[in-house]
Amino acid sequence: MNKKESLSAERRRKTVLSVVLAAICIIYVLPVLSVVINSFKYNTFVKTDTFALPVGEMWAGFQNFIKGMTFGNYPFWKSVLFSVVITVLSTALILLFTSMAAWYIARVNSKFCKAVYFLCVFSMVVPFQMVMFTLSKTADTLHLNTPWTIPIVYLGFGAGLAIFMFVGFVKSIPLEIEEAAAIDGCGPLRTYFSVVFPMLKPTLISVGILEIMWVWNDYLLPVLVLDINEYRTIPIHIQYLKGSYGTVDLGATMALILLSIIPVIIFYLLCQKHIIKGVAAGAVKG
Amino acid sequence: MKNFFKNPLRRWAWLFMGPVVAAFAIGFVWPFIQGIWLSLCKFRLISDAKFIGFGNYAQALTDPSFMHSFWYTALFAVVSLVLINVLAFAVALALTSGIKGSNLYRTVFFMPNLIGGIVLGYIWSMIFDGILSRYGTSILMETKYGFWGLIILMCWQQIGYMMIIYIAGLQAVPGDMLEAAKIDGANKWQTLFKVTIPNVMPSITICTFLGLTNGFKLFDQNLALTAGQPFIIQPDGSTIKTTEMLALNIYNTFYGSNSASQGVAQAKAVLFFILVAGLGLAQLAYTRKREVQQ
Repeated sequence: MNKKESLSAERRRKTVLSVVLAAICIIYVLPVLSVVINSFKYNTFVKTDTFALPVGEMWAGFQNFIKGMTFGNYPFWKSVLFSVVITVLSTALILLFTSMAAWYIARVNSKFCKAVYFLCVFSMVVPFQMVMFTLSKTADTLHLNTPWTIPIVYLGFGAGLAIFMFVGFVKSIPLEIEEAAAIDGCGPLRTYFSVVFPMLKPTLISVGILEIMWVWNDYLLPVLVLDINEYRTIPIHIQYLKGSYGTVDLGATMALILLSIIPVIIFYLLCQKHIIKGVAAGAVKG
Repeated sequence: MKNFFKNPLRRWAWLFMGPVVAAFAIGFVWPFIQGIWLSLCKFRLISDAKFIGFGNYAQALTDPSFMHSFWYTALFAVVSLVLINVLAFAVALALTSGIKGSNLYRTVFFMPNLIGGIVLGYIWSMIFDGILSRYGTSILMETKYGFWGLIILMCWQQIGYMMIIYIAGLQAVPGDMLEAAKIDGANKWQTLFKVTIPNVMPSITICTFLGLTNGFKLFDQNLALTAGQPFIIQPDGSTIKTTEMLALNIYNTFYGSNSASQGVAQAKAVLFFILVAGLGLAQLAYTRKREVQQ
């Protein structure tokens, strides 16, 4: 009798918890929904009727989207293109070169390797403001100020976390596998690319996700390094909508924000499992 | 046997280490060293730098806007650290209690993490202004609106992230330990504080470390939401941007209207680095001591 009672109490508790969580869930989605509804509203109504549905005279159709495309005298598709180029190139560079260096560091383990590793760990606690001025000047001098060369800057500033995660993983791979490959006649290059690299896959995915999220959303590094009259990424584009003129067309801004978060949300829903795992793995760096 | 593999690999050092070491030197080591050197100099361009000792540091520490942003940032970091961690831990506990649909909740709560800080700032400034404009005011009008607005924004963004780490920690708590506590007659709160929390101390260490350093380093969200507004003009003509945090203060000192203040800005940046690194390491050492030996 007593057990039955406690069971039904348990069930009631779970129902209450479910209701509370569902309510929080709805509150969580509301900000994104408000972007959606306001991107279809005429500018004048965004401020006065932020939470109303875009009906009647407020309905602007796709006008905000069309307007947003060339807003601020800079075509939006160009920002999208540069964001994609920078994110893809930077992530590819970081994954390839830091995993190679991490393998070398873990296997050779000379004094030089230890020094590089220590510096990498150290760089993780240095805030970007510490180096932002000198880094942007250095990048300027070396002509690393275009979307095709800025990935080198990302490789340099982002190497710390990636090396740290890869070294940790390489150390857990038994040396015997590589020795067997060497005995079978593989040189270091072949051993790395046909034996070690495929084994790194889980960490490659984790690091890749972290780097994509970082580079895609980064504002300060590209705004300081790139020539922003010519090259703008999506975050720079959105920031300069507000910066360039006194009044902002909020409807058009919301339309661009919606366009920029749709691919992110699709990417998230497709690779959710990997993203959550990658984030959890990256956090354990502490 | 050990060296038979090491020696051929060493011949390829230029290929394996070269690219990363070169990029790391350009992207971190050299700017870091140059940054420390320049904080001791007066300069406009880097080429005209002249050594002046610790003058920049003295100027930075007596700059009222810098001190204001320090206290503002410290308050923000502490409040957001506590709120985010308590809420994230509560949500993680709820989601690991065997509730239906916990995967869906997890997906939704984590989602804001993928949206960049600038975009987040504009989304929330629209929402806050939509609410506040009914009362004839705006988030840019009062410091307290800007402060709590940023807190709400950061909670929305970060709770899902911390929740993921706490869920991983909670799932690793040994089930027989919880069972034993139950048999010994511990109630729910006793189990939580005496068994669960000591066992998830590693997660708490990570989350409080991330919460504290993220709070201090916050930039994008601060810039996009209020950019330091409202401003107060002081009797001596200088301006205090009341919702400006440390990172934004350093940025404004570098790239603001006064181009002679770059040395001071670099000195502020070095102080900022020492503060963030010092706080982070002190916090790690403090909570590490409380972790259960496994």
